[in-house]
Amino acid sequence: MMMRMVWQRVGIGLATLWVVSVIVFVATSILPGDVAQIVLGQSATPETLAALRAELGLDQPGYVRYFSWLGNMMAGDLGISKAGGATISSLIGGRLGNTLMMAGLVALISIPISIALGLWAAMHPGTWLDRIITFGTLSTISVPEFFIATIAVLILAVELHWLPSTAYMTGDETFGQLLKALAMPLITLVIVVSAQMIRMTRAGILNVMSSPYIEMAILKGVPRRRIILRHAFYNAIGPIVNVIALNLAYLVSGVVIVETIFAYPGLAKLMIDGVQTRDLPLVQACAMIFCGTYVVLILLADIGSILSNPRLRNPK
Amino acid sequence: MIEQVAKEKEQEVLAELDSFAELPDAPPKRKFRLSWVGYCASAVVAFWLIICLIGPSIAPFHEMDMEGDDSFLDAYTSEEGYGTFHLGTDYLGRDTLSRILFGARNTIGISLAATLLAYLMGITLGILAAVKGGWIDMGISRVNDAILALPTIMLGLIVIAALGSSIPILIGTAAVIYATSVFRIARALGQDIMVQDFVEAAQTRGEGIWWIIRAEVLPNAAMPLATDFGLRLVFVVLFISSLSFLGLGVQPPASDWGSMVRENLQGLTYGSWASIWPACAIASFTISINLIVDDISAKSGGSLAKKMV
Repeated sequence: MMMRMVWQRVGIGLATLWVVSVIVFVATSILPGDVAQIVLGQSATPETLAALRAELGLDQPGYVRYFSWLGNMMAGDLGISKAGGATISSLIGGRLGNTLMMAGLVALISIPISIALGLWAAMHPGTWLDRIITFGTLSTISVPEFFIATIAVLILAVELHWLPSTAYMTGDETFGQLLKALAMPLITLVIVVSAQMIRMTRAGILNVMSSPYIEMAILKGVPRRRIILRHAFYNAIGPIVNVIALNLAYLVSGVVIVETIFAYPGLAKLMIDGVQTRDLPLVQACAMIFCGTYVVLILLADIGSILSNPRLRNPK
Repeated sequence: MIEQVAKEKEQEVLAELDSFAELPDAPPKRKFRLSWVGYCASAVVAFWLIICLIGPSIAPFHEMDMEGDDSFLDAYTSEEGYGTFHLGTDYLGRDTLSRILFGARNTIGISLAATLLAYLMGITLGILAAVKGGWIDMGISRVNDAILALPTIMLGLIVIAALGSSIPILIGTAAVIYATSVFRIARALGQDIMVQDFVEAAQTRGEGIWWIIRAEVLPNAAMPLATDFGLRLVFVVLFISSLSFLGLGVQPPASDWGSMVRENLQGLTYGSWASIWPACAIASFTISINLIVDDISAKSGGSLAKKMV
């Protein structure tokens, strides 16, 4: 029963990935003005256009190009960047590692903080600190990521001179220098992601708190602390796991802004540069990596909530 | 502890009694009582909406005038008689205050247009899917789910990479992306309403499908959709200004809050506030809308507050 549901989700996830590849390909290829035209620009003559199109395979019908693109991508060949002519795999290589390191560190820091603060707020609803947490997190999720980043730069870099305002890395820093360079983007992302997670954790616990068995425990005279830690928390694990995976998915869009603002040499910065120079093969490859990660994380969230549901885990 | 629970129970029972006080066919009373936070937030939103209309005429300078004595100056009065720069100048020596007043029209105007368009598409398709059902519902829902499965900023980047950036493209992209969530809500509401007794009664009376949509479905879906409009508007403002911030939204020299933050970011290291002011403008607008929505939904069971978290 449960395994069937999990496999069903995996199937849906794979189907979504396929649809995503269609959307990415269609949106970037079928639209007016193809790569050949952009490359040649003003100097395009009908002959050079036709020659370049034949070279790039653009004279073939759309579905043929789609399947060869998809096949190459599955085989790890991401194509050749329009600008400079380097292979996209070589451009992405190191960048992907940087972005993954950043995302991993953010997850490592923000998950414990958010669960602790969310739990605390749920244990003491209506107190001043709870109100501050609720208002603070609501404000954080209502403002753009670059607002948080700008304020962080103003306070930590400009006023206090504690940290550098860009995350420029040469690749041969000591660990301390690396940590200092990464601090600013990390702080920004942790604030943005934690705000979401704290709200969802708090809401999840309070939701469980309104169920009848908690009421029973209250009537029995169990202290509130114990109720939350022994009764509510275990039943809220499912929703909380879901929250964590969803927020790591939100990290995808946060990363785009933060890498730009701090000039961090990651994948998102590469993609933005690609969009600005309209380097479509590069944009396609980056978009597939980001969207693929997003879909997989959402899938993990789904599976996590199935696995953590005792009713599905122990079927009668 | 027990007292508190008992009190809550009592209030629940009272609330239930209250709902019986009205005749079953009377329209439910809608109370718009905001807390003082809600009133303050409404004032801020109203302020920015008015600025949208009259901003360019009360601005001391034109958005593109480079009248300041130098770039990244703090608030000062020009000695050469140009006037007072209340919030200082930006990276080209333009008046920051004037650019914020001009930019309100771009930032809020584009977002409002995109949200309205998203609502038009989302509600039309959502109600259609709910009322017609069958393969129409299936088809629209599958496409909708596929678009929802992507991060919004990625969709925006892909479209802009292919088409370039202009105001109509920005509005269209944001509208399509956010129409997907409107569609989900409108479809769910429509399905709820379509199985109600009064709709069945209307169908038995022989009313046409359009009459039912206009007279039964839309009025009952209007209130939840209206509150959701606020949330959606916030998301669209954040989306548009994020794109502008990346240099892919509203193009210079037109002023827009998101691109103003980007342009003046370099000044931050010299202690210039030229990038902080437009960022604060966005924050004040979006936080205020969220506070109003929170206030309204806190009084109507909190179901909408949960959607935002």
